[in-house]
Amino acid sequence: MTAILEVRELTKHYGGVRALDGVSFSIAPGELLALIGPNGAGKSTCFNIVNGQLRPDSGTVRILGRDVTGLPSRRIAHLGVGRTFQVAAVFGSMTALENVQAALIAARGAVFGFWRPATTIARDEAMALLEQTGMAGEAERPAAALAYGDVKRLELAMALAGDPKLLLMDEPTAGMAAAERGEMIALVQKLTRSRGLAVLFTEHSMDVVFGHADRVIVLARGRLIADGTVDEVRTDLRVREVYLGGTAAAEAAG
Amino acid sequence: MGYSSCLRAALTGAAMTVAALALPAFTLPAPAAEPIRIGELNSYKAQPAFLDPYRKGMQLAVKEINDAGGVDGRPLELISRDDGGNPGDAIRVAEDLVTREKVDLLAGTFLSHIGLAVSGFAGKRKVFFLAAEPLTDKLTWSDGNRYTFRLRPSTYMQVAMLLPAAKAAQRKRWAIVYPNYEYGQSAAATFKKLLKDAQPDVEFVEEQATPLGKIDAGPVAQAIADAKPDAVFNVLFGPDLAKFVREADTRGALEGTYVVSLLSGEPEYLDPLKDEAPAGWVVTGYPWYAITTPEHMAFLSAYQKAYGDYPRLGSVVGYTTIKSIAAGLKKAGGTDTEKLVDAFRGLEVVGPFGPFSYRASDHQATMGAYVGILALKDGQGIMVQPSYVDGASVLPSDAEVKALRPAAD
Amino acid sequence: MSLDALLFQAVNGLASASGLFLVAAGLSIIFGVTRIVNMAHGSFYMLGLYLAVTLAPKIGTWIGGPFGFWAGILAAALVVAALGALIEMTLLRRLYGAPELYQLLATFALLLVINDAALFLWGPEDILGPRAPGLSGSVMLLGRRLPEYDIFLALIGPAVLIGLHLLLARTRFGRLIRAATQDREMVAALGINEALLFTMVFALGAGIAGLGGALQMAREPASLTLDLSVLGDAFVVVVVGGMGSIRGAYLAAVLVAEAKALCTALGVVDIFGFTFNMSRLTLVAEFLVMALVLIVRPHGLFGRPQPPAARGGPAEPPLRPFSAPARLLALAAVALFAAMPLIGTLVSYAPVLALDMLVAALFAASLHFIMGPGGMASFGHAAYFGLGAYGTAYAVTALSLPTPLAFATGIGVAAFGAVLFGWFCVRLEGVYFAMLTLAFAQIVWSVAFQWEEVTGGSNGLFDVWPEWPFDSRTGLYLAAFVVTLAGLLLLRRLVFAPFGMALRAARDSRLRAEASGIPVARVRWLAFALAGAVCGAAGGLFAFAKGSISPEAISVGRSIDGLVMVLIGGVQSLIGPVVGAGAFTLLQDSVMRETDYWRALLGLIILAVVLLFPFGIAGGLSRGLRRPGGAR
Repeated sequence: MTAILEVRELTKHYGGVRALDGVSFSIAPGELLALIGPNGAGKSTCFNIVNGQLRPDSGTVRILGRDVTGLPSRRIAHLGVGRTFQVAAVFGSMTALENVQAALIAARGAVFGFWRPATTIARDEAMALLEQTGMAGEAERPAAALAYGDVKRLELAMALAGDPKLLLMDEPTAGMAAAERGEMIALVQKLTRSRGLAVLFTEHSMDVVFGHADRVIVLARGRLIADGTVDEVRTDLRVREVYLGGTAAAEAAG
Repeated sequence: MGYSSCLRAALTGAAMTVAALALPAFTLPAPAAEPIRIGELNSYKAQPAFLDPYRKGMQLAVKEINDAGGVDGRPLELISRDDGGNPGDAIRVAEDLVTREKVDLLAGTFLSHIGLAVSGFAGKRKVFFLAAEPLTDKLTWSDGNRYTFRLRPSTYMQVAMLLPAAKAAQRKRWAIVYPNYEYGQSAAATFKKLLKDAQPDVEFVEEQATPLGKIDAGPVAQAIADAKPDAVFNVLFGPDLAKFVREADTRGALEGTYVVSLLSGEPEYLDPLKDEAPAGWVVTGYPWYAITTPEHMAFLSAYQKAYGDYPRLGSVVGYTTIKSIAAGLKKAGGTDTEKLVDAFRGLEVVGPFGPFSYRASDHQATMGAYVGILALKDGQGIMVQPSYVDGASVLPSDAEVKALRPAAD
Repeated sequence: MSLDALLFQAVNGLASASGLFLVAAGLSIIFGVTRIVNMAHGSFYMLGLYLAVTLAPKIGTWIGGPFGFWAGILAAALVVAALGALIEMTLLRRLYGAPELYQLLATFALLLVINDAALFLWGPEDILGPRAPGLSGSVMLLGRRLPEYDIFLALIGPAVLIGLHLLLARTRFGRLIRAATQDREMVAALGINEALLFTMVFALGAGIAGLGGALQMAREPASLTLDLSVLGDAFVVVVVGGMGSIRGAYLAAVLVAEAKALCTALGVVDIFGFTFNMSRLTLVAEFLVMALVLIVRPHGLFGRPQPPAARGGPAEPPLRPFSAPARLLALAAVALFAAMPLIGTLVSYAPVLALDMLVAALFAASLHFIMGPGGMASFGHAAYFGLGAYGTAYAVTALSLPTPLAFATGIGVAAFGAVLFGWFCVRLEGVYFAMLTLAFAQIVWSVAFQWEEVTGGSNGLFDVWPEWPFDSRTGLYLAAFVVTLAGLLLLRRLVFAPFGMALRAARDSRLRAEASGIPVARVRWLAFALAGAVCGAAGGLFAFAKGSISPEAISVGRSIDGLVMVLIGGVQSLIGPVVGAGAFTLLQDSVMRETDYWRALLGLIILAVVLLFPFGIAGGLSRGLRRPGGAR
């Protein structure tokens, strides 16, 4: 079975600091992979290299077998990669429905249409995506007026617009109330199964990670120190050391 | 406004119709008393220092003419407008004057590009236009047209007036400093050409084109000094001139250098320099304190009586503009545009500077200017040894002008 | 050109650099903290100079001339600082909730009012102040005389720089300023009295500008044109240095001043057989420097990417097609303008004014296209108006092309310019985008201003009248009506089309747009080019309507007019720019007729509009009329 995402030997330096040091991992279809690690472990760097915002010093990123290392994010998007951000980013001046329509139009490469009103394009597909994320009731409301939890769901619907094979989610439950978090990650889990998606996500909430991830990889000081199932990682001595040995306090504060 | 002015006009129209029908017997105005409407537009807002005295001069002339019974019994009415300081607004104002105010002719403008734009409008719409102030040679030459006349001596004339002094100085190394726009450029070019013709061994060692109103006076004065000229031709005026003079003085940049300078003797530009007026410069200007001709004495006393202030050059221009229009209307026997144009060709007028005429060949007035030397008196710059240079004496001949004025008439 | 001469000119440049730095430093501080692009900053400088030349002799009679000079300078700076505080408290404070740039509109109105106030108080004639007592002479350097006052000025720039640095680094007030510059949310969250901080910052910025003006007392006369001419320089210096960076501003001031001094020093040079007078470049030197710096460093020398404005006002409401009543109103307006030639038989001036309104509407709508849906506020949109107008005029006068072809040429020239400049501009954000567009517009302006053979130089081109059937007032009017209507409908269509949606998406969130696969840079570039082409059409109409074209069509003033029209009408409304253009044109036409102080009157009316309708006229009306149901 081909991996949807395959990361090989990623290395990135900032000045003298090694932010990433030979990191490799891969994701299979239908897999929900959590990327965790203490602050400064290199999570963001790793994530941003995969999504095209950063270029690695060495190493490769392959998506569906294709080398995408260093491609800009919008090109990566067109290869079937959906993204959500830590602080959800949507188009505030549009309704929820229009947001998804815009994402669909972009995914189809139909941005340079100059005549037909955009609101008449891909309406049904957009509604369907809103249904799937539980946002159908809010379709006509301006995105700027939505509650934050709804904005996150809307963002998820937009990320799904290109019918992606891979979802990159930066802290999908950040900023949400505890009750909402479970709902959100359960929704992601459900979509992963039903669509055969692979998901790579970072997360601060250990409840979310250990409650829902299929597999967990752990970064510390730029190196991959663990890669396994929830139970394997939970009991991994090095992981325990990293988290409890001095950085736990910082984690709690963050 | 589209609605309201429309409505107002409709109501006024209706009221007037009713009035005209109901009261024919009582309101038969003598047709002769109907005023002649002069549409005047100028950059009052953009150039207040020059145009405030100008407006006073115009108003004085209108009052004098109307007190004397108007032109052929009809009083003059002056409708003055700000042209917004740019040609786009100026054309709209000109349209406004012609269509809404129903003026009989147009006059005014100060800035050259606005004068040219209004002149083009006058040519297109066949309206008489007397350009009062703009200096550009194009107005009467390359872009001249049948309907446009100009009063004030042009750039070419002002330069030519200074040429005898420049030639007599017999200096070899000249530097030129001018504001970087058409007036400055063409003054510099004319000066170079005329002086080279008159004195073939002359050398132009430095040319500084400074942004209008934004001169970096120190470096400019220094660059001129570094070129070691023995004479300088200056075209700067206004704040640029004040800054340049002060910097040049502090740096000794013009010590021992002979300077001829355009317009610097006009009170508008000379008076703000106060006791820093550069003594010894040969300038064109308006020494109102030293002109003793009867025409000027009469004007001076009337102006001072009316406004309690001395006249500037703008006052003379404004006053003479109206006097010219009155003379033209009288000669034309009415306000018919074509007749007025014909009347202005060769029209003789007497103004504060004495008699002059509008040339038939290029529509340029032969009103001259004074050339003199700057000196200090009681902490104030004045022109000494002023002499009047008749405009006719510095203008090219009618035959030469014909070649310069390809499209006109 | 000797080395001595060049060196000496470099020293001269330092004196000018200090003057530039003082105006720019205040502007930079004010922008850094309050995010206000203060158009009235040049006015503070001008007032400083006027006050100094007035106060110095007065104070001098009490405490002796020499002290009077310096006391006058200080007093002028303090008065201007107090005025700045007053303006912030009474006016700007009311506008922090409005969309970004409405404060700009308010400060522009202030500029108009202050200029007329100065005319009223000091009269039209320039006032030359006294020389500096004790510093009126010169010293010998490199065999040349260097004015003592220039040395003093050259030193005062670095002195103020150090003073400001200490203020920012060592005092609580300074730390607050720095914190607010970097993260305004944080300052608000810390419970600091933000209102007081803003007032003090505005006063400080205004006071430094006033000081800068007052110090020029010994070098140049107070004149009414100073405000605008200084403003442009100040913007350049702030942007080249990097917004909010004080040392950047000083370095930029030195760079600009030295570039000018060098152009002046070189004078007439021969390059490859061409004789060129380098001093003519001083007209545009600062903008050339700015364009180069921004192309290489998109945030200036020391600038950092701006954090998004914390108080940019609420997000735009979603775009909706016309509601039924709005559609009727729009149709009525179209019918009214279509019938204008008929109305003209009754009120002959109506079509004249209506033609100007059409041109303005097309101009403003094209600017709004990139400014509203595109989120890119251009400060140099007049460039494309001018290119369209000059292209048309050149095609008519020099190429003798028939009217429609000449018009098309104008549009082509404008589009070409927009494609060229847009490529550089769309990569920048916010104020840097605005300033690069301004720089390009000034460069285009200076080319038009000086290229005598093609553009007619400062006078421009004449006899650009259209041919039959457009040579009559009615013919031209109807053609302009059709072109304008088509242009407006096209832009409207585009905004609703996928392309417009992508443009709006990129404005709302560039991050999200990129992640969704929208090629943001290309979308913006094309939008810029389209806006330029439509603007070029407005310029072409203008040239035909006026029968002439001059560099003023490209001036900063016209770019500002465009911004004012869009903002008065409402930047968040598609109909806003059209309403704004109509209102502005009418207003200007009527106030110019009513009073000599029409600028002040115009300024006051703009202020009233801004305070009453902080979202613009159309924005305010539609907010008032919005049907319930959209909001919960």
